[in-house]
Amino acid sequence: METQIANITVDVNEEGYLTNFAQWTPAVAEAIAKDLNIMLTPRHWEVITYLQNEHKSDSPLSIRKISKSGVVDIKEFYQLFPNAPLKAATKIAGIPKPASCI
Amino acid sequence: MKKIVILGAGTAGTMMANHLKHELKHDEWDIAIIDESKEHHYQPGYLFLPFDIYSPEDIIKSITEFIPKGVHFMNKRIEKVEPTSNTIELTDGDTITYDILIIATGAKIAPEETEGMKGAEWHQSVFDFYSFEGALALRNKLRNWKGGRLVVHITEMPIKCPVAPLEFAFLADSYFKHKNMRDKVDITFVTPLSGAFTKPKSTEALQHLLDEKHIAIVPDFAVQEVDNTNKKIIDYSGKEVPFDLLVTVPTNKGDELMARSGLGDDLNYVPTNRATLQSKNYANIFVIGDASNVPASKAGSVAHFEAEILTENILHYIKGEPLKEEFDGHANCFIETGNGKALLIDFNYTHEPVEGSFPFPGVGPLRLLKENRMNHMGKLAFKWIYWNMLLKGTHIPFVSATMQEAGKHFD
Repeated sequence: METQIANITVDVNEEGYLTNFAQWTPAVAEAIAKDLNIMLTPRHWEVITYLQNEHKSDSPLSIRKISKSGVVDIKEFYQLFPNAPLKAATKIAGIPKPASCI
Repeated sequence: MKKIVILGAGTAGTMMANHLKHELKHDEWDIAIIDESKEHHYQPGYLFLPFDIYSPEDIIKSITEFIPKGVHFMNKRIEKVEPTSNTIELTDGDTITYDILIIATGAKIAPEETEGMKGAEWHQSVFDFYSFEGALALRNKLRNWKGGRLVVHITEMPIKCPVAPLEFAFLADSYFKHKNMRDKVDITFVTPLSGAFTKPKSTEALQHLLDEKHIAIVPDFAVQEVDNTNKKIIDYSGKEVPFDLLVTVPTNKGDELMARSGLGDDLNYVPTNRATLQSKNYANIFVIGDASNVPASKAGSVAHFEAEILTENILHYIKGEPLKEEFDGHANCFIETGNGKALLIDFNYTHEPVEGSFPFPGVGPLRLLKENRMNHMGKLAFKWIYWNMLLKGTHIPFVSATMQEAGKHFD
């Protein structure tokens, strides 16, 4: 479905994740983050860029993967994106919520 | 004479040995299967052992009983696979060469991945039921347990049989009711997922069952540590869940052999084409069952559907024909809900489990995503089907390798 984020029309799924990464902009990220009560700092952006690069290379994301990324440790990941960090960080990064394989 | 070697004689490897024995010409192909174990375990039975529903005899048989005549079984341990030279080094110093390799080495628990999990309380008040030893130790514990806080816990995804932890919680509810001590037991289900399951429609159905059985759920819990002294699990955000008895599903990993051979990802799963089941890095290596990284359930039914498609693809490969991109992630799972009832789910890569009838559209006799006794009978009958049909590679009547959409209630 279509919605307006930061005055940009974007396609999102029922959970608010962007379905077309081409529509993502830093302003969209800021707006989604604000909605989640997160203020983006340079550290947030490093993590977001890492997640987007991993997504582009089709590499499945998990908390374990983040812990071995060298970009951020898990304690800090939770501080940056409280509660469910992987879900929040991927939403802000404009990439799909990681599908935990069933 | 050409040689096809299968690594692992579990569910997937044994099925492939049986399929290929039928399909390949005996004077052209030599088929060997290597496994270090002498036993074949019916892994779905691990769920029933802790509750004294199955005994060890229901679960364990001799591994050679299911290897067809004419397939060379080697009870050996493998040191390393050298995919660039098509050789396998055994720990006894021998080497074997192959023309085609099938990896079916499965997945197993790795409790050492979580701090404190394999600590002082391991198999005292912290148990797994994903290994025979764990399930048996837990049975002995439950026989005398006086009650308290039971925590059923998933460490991280992916795990084998992703619905088994929920089934464990449901069966525990039923078990303690029968022992007239349900009021002495608090059951909590702790998961790294956002809900009872990953797919929305089944989460709804399963959440309803959790409520009905008074099982509390703690979602979004990414465990950091098992605190053995204070008996609690702690997650990365600082959340804590206390327990008197912790039944955990530790991290699952593929076989260490994949790491030693440079064939696996960071969880030792082999990168595999999800539609053809060919390894992504080596054309003459194929992967089946839990050992692969395909985004399908790690379950026997998946291995069964994969085996039918992989057999065709190996025949195509031998003839130099293009492989069929046919595997759709089809899985079919019974979910025990306790009190002699079960649910049935049928799904694939793209379609989540929905309501409907199975295997005959509109007829059944099994009902999808609805709890009933017929489904439970189906689950129990499955043990017979497993030993007598599935391992032998016999096609299960009316159940196709790819998922059928008729008879299902999609929106």
